[in-house]
Amino acid sequence: MLSAFARHAATGARQAAATPRAMSVAGTPGLMSVTGMRFKSRMAAAEEAKPDTPLRPLEETETYDLPAFKTHRMDLGGLPTSTTASGAQLQEYFESMYRMRRMETKADELYMTGHVRGFCHLYNGQEAVAVGVEAAVSYEDYLITAYRNHCQQLARGDTVEAVLSELTGRVTGCSGGKGGSMHLYKPENRYFGGNGIVGAQGPLGTGLAFAAKYQGTKNVAISMFGDGAANQGQIFEALNMAQLWRLPIMFMCENNRYGMGTSTARAAASGDFYTRGDYAAGLYIDGMNVLAVREGIAYAAERCRSGEGPVYVEVDTYRYKGHSISDQGTGYRTTDEVQSMKASRDPIDQVKTMLVDGGWATLQSLKGVERSLRKEVDAAVKFATEAPQPPPEHLWKDVLSPSASGESVVRGTLVTKGGKVGTPL
Amino acid sequence: MTLVSAVCAAASRAVCLRGLPPPWLLATGSASVAAWGRRRAAQQAVTAPSPVSVPEQPASKTPGGVADVSTPSSVTIPLSTGPLTVGSADTGGTRSMNLFTAVNDALRIALEADESTVVFGEDVAFGGVFRCTQDLRDEFGPDRVFNTPLCEQGIAGFAIGLAASGVTAVAEIQFADYSLPAYDQLANEAAKFRFRSGGAYAAGLTLRMPCGAVGHGGLYHSQSPEALYCATPGLKVVMPRDPVRAKGLLLASIRDANPVIFMEPKALYRASVTMTPVGDYEIPLGVAEVVRHGTDVTLVGWGAQVHVLCAAAERATAEDGISVEVLDLQTLCPWDIDAVVASVKRTGRLVVSHEAPLSGGLGGEVAATVAADAFLSLEAPVKRVCGWDTPFPLAHEKYYLPNVERCLEAIKETVAF
Repeated sequence: MLSAFARHAATGARQAAATPRAMSVAGTPGLMSVTGMRFKSRMAAAEEAKPDTPLRPLEETETYDLPAFKTHRMDLGGLPTSTTASGAQLQEYFESMYRMRRMETKADELYMTGHVRGFCHLYNGQEAVAVGVEAAVSYEDYLITAYRNHCQQLARGDTVEAVLSELTGRVTGCSGGKGGSMHLYKPENRYFGGNGIVGAQGPLGTGLAFAAKYQGTKNVAISMFGDGAANQGQIFEALNMAQLWRLPIMFMCENNRYGMGTSTARAAASGDFYTRGDYAAGLYIDGMNVLAVREGIAYAAERCRSGEGPVYVEVDTYRYKGHSISDQGTGYRTTDEVQSMKASRDPIDQVKTMLVDGGWATLQSLKGVERSLRKEVDAAVKFATEAPQPPPEHLWKDVLSPSASGESVVRGTLVTKGGKVGTPL
Repeated sequence: MTLVSAVCAAASRAVCLRGLPPPWLLATGSASVAAWGRRRAAQQAVTAPSPVSVPEQPASKTPGGVADVSTPSSVTIPLSTGPLTVGSADTGGTRSMNLFTAVNDALRIALEADESTVVFGEDVAFGGVFRCTQDLRDEFGPDRVFNTPLCEQGIAGFAIGLAASGVTAVAEIQFADYSLPAYDQLANEAAKFRFRSGGAYAAGLTLRMPCGAVGHGGLYHSQSPEALYCATPGLKVVMPRDPVRAKGLLLASIRDANPVIFMEPKALYRASVTMTPVGDYEIPLGVAEVVRHGTDVTLVGWGAQVHVLCAAAERATAEDGISVEVLDLQTLCPWDIDAVVASVKRTGRLVVSHEAPLSGGLGGEVAATVAADAFLSLEAPVKRVCGWDTPFPLAHEKYYLPNVERCLEAIKETVAF
């Protein structure tokens, strides 16, 4: 199936590309920088410069400077200072991130209109992290995260319909409507989903990493948590085990600057999270730049695979929305701070700039892509509000493993009131 | 006002206060309490039908200065195992095992039968404090049997992740008391993983933990927190009473697809010895066992308390000719309601007993269920004989525990009602 981008592209030369990971890099590398001018003025300038020039083939590549990494107990020299990306890869990243942003915006609306109940934590601003990670590892590698987990579900190959209908508590949701916003899973792609308890996924990810090593694979585990969870004791317990046993795991702190309503400066004795693994290697990545995330995670993953033990990765990012929907996100920071972050570091705008500057797209063609993605999300919203709710009997489904005949089992009912499980000796 | 008299005054003001020692026990101060204790102990020594008594000896000290509780020093456990119902031709005969060697044997079989099985916990590579994992590292290698750091929350979370990835994870928490730092992981992650993922994942780990009184364990090496885990849907909770049951129930727990909290009464590790099948067998979870048949009153217990109940039953028969039925729940969650209700419908009377404190204990659940399901058969109110609602005491352990005397009194009162 053609991607939204390809459907709206101007020439037939740009067919939908293979997945970025499988794609071979071709073309003449140049050197471009995406930092500097603010997005809107850059875009306007780009449009003026190339009003009607034919778009460049997507398989062609450019080389980009990367924002500086920082390391702790790890050789900084091994990390790249620039990387190459093809138009097709950038197109894929743009589509993924825009789809995420749009889905989250609609999730917000669904919450405000009473369709989503309970808790809901949005990812706006952090999309480059989820997308960059997936560009660096495969679905053979384990991924587990906290409750801000909608976009990882998309990145791990699920649909907007499955995510939104889980949020609205429908049986079509990725957890059958029983998990809700904080508990999305994709077992076939080794996504171990969202955890409602701050920091709980640290030890779980360590178990997954042990399994990868124990089973003799070269797979790695990524356990994502926020800067708030970085202060949880169990993260340190897990890190200690992982370092002790040289487990292939990245403890990945998404530093979005605020643990709920408290800034890192007020909550963390050290805001240099990448150094907080102490004895473990650490890596700082600019998490607003998808290419930096891709390259940094690829490097850390390779280190994990080589048996050198865990890497404590800090991804420097920013949350545009409040902690959850009940938090407007304005009581503890200025509107200026949010606006300035959006204007200067927005991850989607950065990729848009690359696409337009590289000649693979125009603002016009990108608008077409956005329109198509909005339609996709709108259809999913409709689906999520119309799909059936789980039947009442699902209340006692999956509490315990089903009986041999497939019946649901809950203590006090089937096991004890109906036939016994197993045969007495 | 002394502390004792203050407690007394409070107790007499609120006569319905539950889970406190009777006011007469505290009324005349500590000297008479001690005298009462000595009297009771003397009575018990004279009248108990030859319980297996571990001789009194001073608690040995480990180099770290911590009392070595691996050898019960002053606990008296009347050993009555009930009929040996386990053992068939294909289990390869029997051999004498105590409870820790039976656990060790079950772990060995699990490691042999399923190569994905891993066993870990604090000091388990050296055999563990209670020797349950003795020699397993040498037999199966350090990749499969290994020590963890001292971090229970980390151990539990690690085990849950491991189990969710398909590995058979058998973790040990050194004492049930230490499972409380891990309670968050067990209650919020293990218990809910299957439900909240719509069946996508399950954390079918087995978490072993020694529990219960041991004679001198004090506040943090004696507790029986089974009610906490029973109050957590998604978990199963098991407690064996002897080596035969320990081995069969542990193998069933390890092979169960659900997270199982497997609580081992530490006082029985050495004190309980049975001829135990050497082969691979399972005792199904969720099924109680009738340990002793009777017609006048039903006693329900689990773990080490089953032996106390059996001793009380024998005395009730010997002294008053009361015919007592004793049930061992074995699996505390889900517990075997059918078996208990059927028994109470026959006898018309129920005494339920556990070491854990009265309030919020599983005994209340048993009593309420029987009141609902066998109301018209009841000839007397259901009695609970439990630990008092105090922290688990060091100096006062023998007053705290629901011993043979208290159980016997409850039987007699219930029958005489």
